[in-house]
This record gives sequence, C-alpha cells and structure tokens, in this order.
Amino acid sequence: MSAAQADLDGILARIPYARFLGVRMELHGDEMTGILPYAEHLIGNPTLPALHGGVIGAFMEMTALLQLSILESLMRQPRPVDVSFDYLRSGRPLDTYARALIKKVGRRIANVQVEAWQEARGAPIAIMHGHFLLSPKEG
Amino acid sequence: MPADPPSPTLTSRLSLSPQSRALGLQLVATEPDVILKIPYREDLVGEPDTGVIAGGVVTTLLDLACGWATALALDQPTSFATLDLRIDYMRPAQPGRDLLATAHCYKLTRSVAFLRAVAYDADPTDPVAAAQAAFMLDSNAGRGPGANLGPRHGQAEPDA
Repeated sequence: MSAAQADLDGILARIPYARFLGVRMELHGDEMTGILPYAEHLIGNPTLPALHGGVIGAFMEMTALLQLSILESLMRQPRPVDVSFDYLRSGRPLDTYARALIKKVGRRIANVQVEAWQEARGAPIAIMHGHFLLSPKEG
Repeated sequence: MPADPPSPTLTSRLSLSPQSRALGLQLVATEPDVILKIPYREDLVGEPDTGVIAGGVVTTLLDLACGWATALALDQPTSFATLDLRIDYMRPAQPGRDLLATAHCYKLTRSVAFLRAVAYDADPTDPVAAAQAAFMLDSNAGRGPGANLGPRHGQAEPDA
C-alpha cells in the first residue's frame, strides 16, 4: 500500500460519518475513486428499492472533500460552501462509485465536480458541483 | 408551533425508510410546514476535531424534508424523486445540538414540485443551511415502480 493510500485511509478512519456510510477511497496514481459499498441502511425507498438521494449526495460531497485533501496541503478539512446535485437515475441496491474533478483551486475557494455511477461509468446516477472553503477567513 | 402533534399514521411512515431509521429521524410537525429532526450523535460527526455534524447529514435531512413537504402537498399519494437539490451551507452546526429542518412546497405543477428548505440547530432564522429543490412527480410515469431499474428486478408493470 502506498503512503498516500495509507494517509487517505487514516483521514477516513477518523471521520465517524464516513464509517456510518461505509465509504472507502482508492488511490491509483493521482486518481482517486470513492466507493460506497451497498448496505441496507443506505436505502431510502424500500419499495423500489433505491439508495437514499441524500446518501448519494453525501457520498459525492465526501469524495470531493477527500480529493481536495490529498491534492492540496491544507490546514484543516475543507468545508462545503454550496453544492448542487442533479439526480439522473435511481441508485440501485449496488456498490456506488464516484470520482471528483477539481476544476479550480483559488486561494480560499475550490470548485469541484463529482460524478457517481454504479454498473457503467458512462451512465452516471448523479452529478454534483460545488464550492469548498479551503482555509479559515482572515481578519 | 403546531397545536397538535403529527398523527401516529404519519409518524409510522418514518420507520419505512432504512436510512431514516439509521439517522434516528423524528417528525416534529407537519403544520403549517413539515419539521424533521435528527438528534445529535457522535457517529454522524464529519469533523472529528470540532464535533461538527457532517455536511452529508445536513444534505440528507434537507432532501428528506423536501420529500415530506412534497408528500404533504399532494392530494393523492404519488411516487416522486429528487430531480435536483442545491444547498448553501451558512455555518457549521453547533456540536451537541440536534439538527432540524423545515421545508415548504411553494409551487406544485402536474409534473414537478418546487421546494425550499432550511436546516437549523436552534433558530430557523439563523440557518445552518438552506436548500432549493425540484422533485419530479409520478416519476414512474405509469410504468410501475422502478421502471428505470431495468427488467432484472422484474417489477415493471404494463403501461396503465
């Protein structure tokens, strides 16, 4: 296991909510993939059944946060300023994956896009874009 | 604050969703607008150094509140799904405090519900986060539950 992967595992292990969701992150070179293994408690609609939309959103948000954490040396965990989710397909009771693209890193704000998919990367179930605050306000 | 607590029939709906159960979701009120609550829990913390609840919990609570507001705005039970959800995070939730959210359906068309929601920890006028959402109504379009989930689940019904 690479040192960077160990760092990532360490960050995730310290976040209680990441353990609540069961989120994992895998690094391959400089590419990070978020993995949300299917679990019954992630279901929002038991009739379909479908993953909870909020859970898919939370997973994408966490993928963005972790991608920022490994690419930028930060004083503390970034905080979301605003996020916007588009839901394209129902989340089936399957493992879900996500990848984040950092579009811009400014002095204080980063712009990040995330895609989440299940069986086919070309058929995303949801997409997100958002802004994250990288350092505390000064003055 | 409402004069009457939510009916047991409504309250029992909370237990239907495994994610709502896992979060310990509570229905506080349905009139004039729905109010939901997630009691503070250590395992929902997103920032271990400060004890602040994870942004993802706020996201899920706002989505839930919008879903409840949609269900309560409809005359007849209809299936619906989140089309989009935009959230502004104004400030971190206070560690140790329960998280609440209220949502309002301000426009209902034949196919879409438009919603606004706020999440707060003490005072709704000092929100933790605010959301705007659109929900697609009758999202299965008469094709039975989960039509877009494909034939593998075998739940698709003939067009009505």
